[in-house]
Amino acid sequence: MLESMSLFHLLTFLKFAVILVIILSVAPVMAWVERRGSALMQNRLGPNRIGPLGLFQSICDAIKFLFKEDPIPGHVSKFYYALAPVVSLVPAFMTFAVVPFASTIEVDGRVLGFQLADLNVGLLYVFSVASLGVYGIIMGGWSSNNKFALLGGLRSSSQMISYELSLGLSVIGIIMAFSSVHLGEIVQGQAEVFRQIGPFVLPEWLQVPKWGILVQPLGFIIFITAAFAETNRLPFDLPEGESEIVAGYHLEYGAMKFSMFMMAEYINMFVASSLIATLYFGGYHGLHWVLNLVPLEGMSREWMRIALELGAFFLKVAFFMWFFVWVRWTLPRFRYDQVMELGWKVMLPISLANIFLTAFAVYYGWI
Amino acid sequence: MLVKAKKSFLQRFYLVEVIKGLGITMRNMLFAPKVTIQYPEERRKYSERFRGMHYVKATNGVENCTACMLCPTVCPAECIHIVAGERPDKEKYPVQFEIDVLRCCFCGMCEEACPKDAIKLSTIYEMSQVTRQVYDKDYLAEQRGNK
Amino acid sequence: MDISPVFFYLFAGLALGCSLLVVLKKNPVASAFNLVMVFFAFAGIYAMLDAHLIAALQVLVYAGAIMVLFLFVIMLLNADVPSFDLQRSHPGARVVAGLLCAVLLLAFVWAFKNSPSPVEPGQFSASRIEAAGGNTRVVSELLFSEYILPFELTSVLLLGAIVGAVAIAKRKQKVGAGGGVK
Repeated sequence: MLESMSLFHLLTFLKFAVILVIILSVAPVMAWVERRGSALMQNRLGPNRIGPLGLFQSICDAIKFLFKEDPIPGHVSKFYYALAPVVSLVPAFMTFAVVPFASTIEVDGRVLGFQLADLNVGLLYVFSVASLGVYGIIMGGWSSNNKFALLGGLRSSSQMISYELSLGLSVIGIIMAFSSVHLGEIVQGQAEVFRQIGPFVLPEWLQVPKWGILVQPLGFIIFITAAFAETNRLPFDLPEGESEIVAGYHLEYGAMKFSMFMMAEYINMFVASSLIATLYFGGYHGLHWVLNLVPLEGMSREWMRIALELGAFFLKVAFFMWFFVWVRWTLPRFRYDQVMELGWKVMLPISLANIFLTAFAVYYGWI
Repeated sequence: MLVKAKKSFLQRFYLVEVIKGLGITMRNMLFAPKVTIQYPEERRKYSERFRGMHYVKATNGVENCTACMLCPTVCPAECIHIVAGERPDKEKYPVQFEIDVLRCCFCGMCEEACPKDAIKLSTIYEMSQVTRQVYDKDYLAEQRGNK
Repeated sequence: MDISPVFFYLFAGLALGCSLLVVLKKNPVASAFNLVMVFFAFAGIYAMLDAHLIAALQVLVYAGAIMVLFLFVIMLLNADVPSFDLQRSHPGARVVAGLLCAVLLLAFVWAFKNSPSPVEPGQFSASRIEAAGGNTRVVSELLFSEYILPFELTSVLLLGAIVGAVAIAKRKQKVGAGGGVK
């Protein structure tokens, strides 16, 4: 028993713990980023009193949420009302399991991967789990027994159906280009050198990595737009729509249940950002050149490599998290018919065209 | 009526406009001056004629008020309550001078009506209380202002 | 292939229990939520059978897309009224239904008892699929080579259904605009 508790096992446990902590701390940190970012964009300062730069404001909020009274309104259907926040939070946690945030390292003769589950169906798993997040919203909206909440749930379900199509179809381009659904293989594929744009071959001295955005620029735009819709962020936050349906699906929620919905939103954002980074921005690649600058040998060099990969990955993810916030405070909310029109009449044809274009490119050997 | 503007395919994708908008917000965030006043340290500049917390002006330690009852008469909110009395030197003076500040609407009519330059509205605006306070004579006798 | 019996019975029990709830719940939305749970339990069993692709597709297509659409329609139509009133059903109907259920159950038991001992594993064992590059690759290669005709025929069938639905929707609109049914 003691023998099996080797460094490897310790590292595996550590990995689980660290990922859990990262995911759980996303929500408070992002709440702070969101508030300060929005304030700065609106020429204000935002919360800056508690702790350095106001960072502890989120902790105060969390404590407030924990100790608030948590009443259940009399007119709700109690079982589903209590279940809904959990249902929206769990898929958000589950999705992150297959995202690789660094390549593998050999410890004690065993390979340690930096992802929780190395699934063969990687990308499909992500989509199947991510598509379940909407049930929390629908359940919350329906069980609240309130017309505004029900409208929020309805809007959420229709929006989810409309944009999941484009989301799935835009990723097919990536699957075709790297001929795999395995996230690790897709990331490995992006380490190669980008040789040609269509039929035009790039000169030899231009050593650009073959990142997804270069191979699939159109697919990237569709993916990021659909990801905004899937995470219910502005400009697609119709399920909440404060000015139209008060607060939408979480109208009847308070205290910790409400904050669980908020956490789910931020964790979904985190997952979407890490998917964008993984599929279109080379995942954990991009900082390896630093390795040549430091004189390290053997195992410490390997760990340095892992650290750089983690750094590159989380930098990219952080940028896209910021991008989510940035877009939120730039764009107004779409009207419902505009959302549907954009989804079905613009995004869907473009994503289908993207598949055709990619098929041509693959057929002629351009990718 | 819903009027729909005709838009080209590119416009319907909103991409160019979105990027322009992102530029505007980023410019505002990085370069625009921030308008926030950091309250306890910085304060907003108010006019000298700002009508804030009341006080009764005194000269040489004696209040100017002669309990002529003009201010309770003119007060539209009827929040001033004065009981007149006589000092040993046969001068009239207010035995009680109370202002129910919860009713006061800070119109400044009392200030204008006063012939003795006694009741004044200072520029102090931090007047929040945890109790429903009525300003009594002792409280009003504190010289708070520059008027 | 080693299915842990604990997990098999867990998932199977979940599937059975939730299926019963789908039928017994009066509220259609609650039934739909239970149906999602049934799909989940199925996906769990598929995953234990090393069919990860099928498991993922089960959740993605059925739980993630089709049931969301169902819920949308149910909530839009506001189908609160139970369409089938138990109180007013004929007592004879219940007896007949019960008998039919029993017959069906017996038929299943008979079929399982008399079927040849465990089905022979086909050409695609788990290890061979693994060697050929995983579930997804093998399935897609088969789908676009050996089974290309049925696959394309299915898509044509679906296209037909879509065109039909659009045609019906459009025709109704025309009658409404014309002001009166011909």
